[in-house]
Amino acid sequence: MNAESSPKIVIVDESPIRAAILQEGLREAGFTGVVHISEMQSLLARIYALDPDVILIDLENPSRDVLEQMFQVSRAVRRPIAMFVDQSDSASIQASVDAGVSAYIVDGLKKERIKPILDLCISRFNAFSKLQDELDRTKSALEERKVIDRAKGILMKVKGLTEDEAYVLMRSTAMREKKKIGEIAQSILTASELLK
Amino acid sequence: MTTPLHIGFIPLVDAAALIVAVDKGFAAAEGLDVTLVREVSWSNIRDKLNIGLFDAAHLLAPVAIASSLGLGHVKVPIVAPFNLGLNGNAITVSPELHAAIMSEREGDGLDPMTTARALARVVARRRRIGADPLTFGMTFPFSTHNYQLRFWMAAGGVDPDEDVRLVVLPPPYMVDSLANGHVDAFCVGAPWNSVAVDLGVGHILHFVSDILERAAEKVLAVRQNWSERNPDVLAALIRAASRAAEFIERQENRAEVARLLAQPERIGVEAEVIQRTLDGRLKVSPGGDRRESRRYLLIGREGAARPDPAQAAWLYAQMVRWGQTAMRPDALRTAMGVFQPNLYDAAMGLQGRTPDATDAIGAFAGPAFDPTDITSHLKAFKIGHWKS
Repeated sequence: MNAESSPKIVIVDESPIRAAILQEGLREAGFTGVVHISEMQSLLARIYALDPDVILIDLENPSRDVLEQMFQVSRAVRRPIAMFVDQSDSASIQASVDAGVSAYIVDGLKKERIKPILDLCISRFNAFSKLQDELDRTKSALEERKVIDRAKGILMKVKGLTEDEAYVLMRSTAMREKKKIGEIAQSILTASELLK
Repeated sequence: MTTPLHIGFIPLVDAAALIVAVDKGFAAAEGLDVTLVREVSWSNIRDKLNIGLFDAAHLLAPVAIASSLGLGHVKVPIVAPFNLGLNGNAITVSPELHAAIMSEREGDGLDPMTTARALARVVARRRRIGADPLTFGMTFPFSTHNYQLRFWMAAGGVDPDEDVRLVVLPPPYMVDSLANGHVDAFCVGAPWNSVAVDLGVGHILHFVSDILERAAEKVLAVRQNWSERNPDVLAALIRAASRAAEFIERQENRAEVARLLAQPERIGVEAEVIQRTLDGRLKVSPGGDRRESRRYLLIGREGAARPDPAQAAWLYAQMVRWGQTAMRPDALRTAMGVFQPNLYDAAMGLQGRTPDATDAIGAFAGPAFDPTDITSHLKAFKIGHWKS
């Protein structure tokens, strides 16, 4: 693929996993010139040295404001850079802000060449946050398991129950009080802590 | 019935009127259910306000104007019916640059003309010995910080585009960048100047109130079409912010206000540092020297909350002076129209006041500001990069 069909893309992201996911997606789609910057020190100097056609940055990154300086007329800038989303494209800006990513392009690059990059970016960012949510859910499920196990142990010791009986007691209490079994387990831990 | 509102803010002390309006219940009392959303960049605030994710925002006054003019970004008309703060910034320099300026100064170090001329001599000496140009950090291309630094140094003969480097830095990175030598100085709002002084890496050289007596800093910004569709909600929001501003300005409430602002989900720095800013009693050197000014930050006092179109004209004039846009009479009218004292007066039940005839800005250098003749006004300054 020649330079004409593959613009040079810089990803500015402090999350290495998300950047890797994005980078992989862009490579699969045939965008070969992708560079990831994770270090925010002297960001503009790094970008100028790489001289990219497209810059992608996550919205949680305070250094977005640093990129705004590229629009200013300055001796340091090779050519003016403008944000991709123009006046007519509020759907794109909405989608990218929702996904948490922002794109900047070098002025003159055709819009139809940028669209697939941004679309890909949005879908990968959304995929990443879904992944993050799942990870968080798995983590909290694991935490809950630990709490239930500890509560079970307390019931077995205090009330002389078997493991199964302790579990059944917590489950029926949860159903009766319309609570989650994890909440009941947590109250047992709290109560036992207080009664120590 | 309560109206839900989403309002974006940057964790800075001049977001105080919004934070206190919510956390002390002034917004709820006006029937507003406000969710404050803490943001990390002005670009995010601007974009989320523009596309309607935010109903209102704590915004840099020049960004509201740039957005209405379509400078640097998408054109979205913004109105500012309430000033969240006047002044509040300071210029902090590294201990090395402080020593250099003090050794070159001929006069009172509190006089910005004296320090600006001393800076010019420091710059000239560095050029003679082949040292790198000094680097100054500021928060955004369309920021008061950018214009205040430029106004100050240009008065002493330093061309901000030729003689030094001005770079954008997010406020939370300012102190680190000063400590590790990536910048030699910066202009930023509270609490970052005090943080630099406390860590021993910076001296506060000037309060911005030394440079400009009244400088519109952050505004409460809403989209113009939103303001037209929701006049009653906007009026309620203005009143809530105004009650909060009055509350903040009463000395006996300061400790409580500082505690509210210090919360981790609000500004998230020590209450004591925040209170120094609110009181205008700042530690200015690592050695512990203190300086006091009633004008350091004005939130509601001296009519600070009422937007003044002359302030918007001054900010527009700075955009012209530094080549961010060319002077156009229609653009000047648009810029002045961003600041809406009539919306403020209507919400507060005040009769329209005629603006004071006196100079609204009170700059330390140059002629009194005349919003009706910006071209002649700018011609009075030697250094500038305006496009014709």
